Amino acid sequence: MNLSNEYIPAVKDLIFRMADDELILGHRNSEWTGLGPILEEDIAFSSMAQDKLGHAQALYQVLTGMGESDPDTLAFGREEKQMKCCHLVEYPIGEYDFSLMRHFLFDEADAIRFDMLVNSSFEELANVTRKFRGELKYHTMHAKAWVIQLGNGNDESRIRMQNTLNECFPLALGIFEPSGFENQLIESGVFKGEAVLQERWISEISHILKLANLSLPDIDSVRPSYGGRKGIHTEYLKPLLDEMTEVYRIDPKAEW
Amino acid sequence: MYCENNDDVIYMKTIKILELISEKEIWEVLFEVKDPEIPLISVVDMGIITEVKIDQEEIVRIKMTPTFAGCPAVKYMQDDIKEKVMKLPVKGVEVEVSYATQWNTNMISERGREMLKASKFALPQKHDGLVQIEMLTNVECPFCESKNTSLKSSFGPTQCRAIHYCNNCLQSFEQFKPV
Repeated sequence: MNLSNEYIPAVKDLIFRMADDELILGHRNSEWTGLGPILEEDIAFSSMAQDKLGHAQALYQVLTGMGESDPDTLAFGREEKQMKCCHLVEYPIGEYDFSLMRHFLFDEADAIRFDMLVNSSFEELANVTRKFRGELKYHTMHAKAWVIQLGNGNDESRIRMQNTLNECFPLALGIFEPSGFENQLIESGVFKGEAVLQERWISEISHILKLANLSLPDIDSVRPSYGGRKGIHTEYLKPLLDEMTEVYRIDPKAEW
Repeated sequence: MYCENNDDVIYMKTIKILELISEKEIWEVLFEVKDPEIPLISVVDMGIITEVKIDQEEIVRIKMTPTFAGCPAVKYMQDDIKEKVMKLPVKGVEVEVSYATQWNTNMISERGREMLKASKFALPQKHDGLVQIEMLTNVECPFCESKNTSLKSSFGPTQCRAIHYCNNCLQSFEQFKPV
């Protein structure tokens, strides 16, 4: 491992945030299986769910290599307050417009994050993000196509997309909640930090939203939904964890 | 109970391993391990085996890299590899999943592409790193070879497939999608 000891807590924190986001959003996306508004969307959300769980597993595996427990224990064996996911991924799937907008905002950030990490000084993290990047391309293409199409659809679709954007935006800003380790991540060359990521994200989504005829709320007028990265979560996470970990809590060694 | 001299047995076995087993033979066995979702194509032709080594303790160490991070067939293929290689006179087999080499569809061999074609998949286009959306349009139909086709969904029944429709022979078909 090519990482000096002083940076290990910072890097673990970063990977936990990323992995927990992937796990929880993957779980949420899978809730569309059998319920999609059209068959193709049912399949798309299910397939993306599978990708996200794969990303979570690979990231937990990197943590295992850094001395943490095995991926299953990390995914299913932690308390709510130990989870570091952002609030955006915790919300129930809601109506399709909400899930689509969340998918768009989250995956645009994820794609830029992975682009920033492919040259990370921490090789294990660089390797997995190089892998994820190719897969994520399909997620962002999917989200972009639908956001542009529905934003330019009829009055109902445009209004619904704008309303859901207004609702999602403060939640999405929570993705970039600073960790307290930002300086160490930057200094070690592992990651350029959440502030840089947020800036690139704003520029990228502004461009796409313009094509979709939707307006991004004024960033200074909204309060970002922070807390998730510090283990303070919305009311929606606990019930999800209870359901997701039910089998594991009954029998941690169960195989199926 | 009659018992052979144990040392001799171990000695004979070692000679046998040194004489018989080479990395080439391991690769040959790996050609027999198929992708469970496309049983014509082997894990070698799929391009997911990135390293085969026999170490000094005669343990076979194999590295494989997943096609997709969340591919549910990884564990199955890992077990299948172990089972088949263990039939050779070796002391042990380890199959490590590693992302040190990241798989992409360019790594599928020419023979692998033939097998995909024989399984009626449209082939993934070769690319220089990242896939562009244009690559997903006008994909050649594996049934009639027409390029008058449309992408229906870039997500399919498994993570590695996209769904297209042929406007010429009026059939849906699957593409092994480029990543």
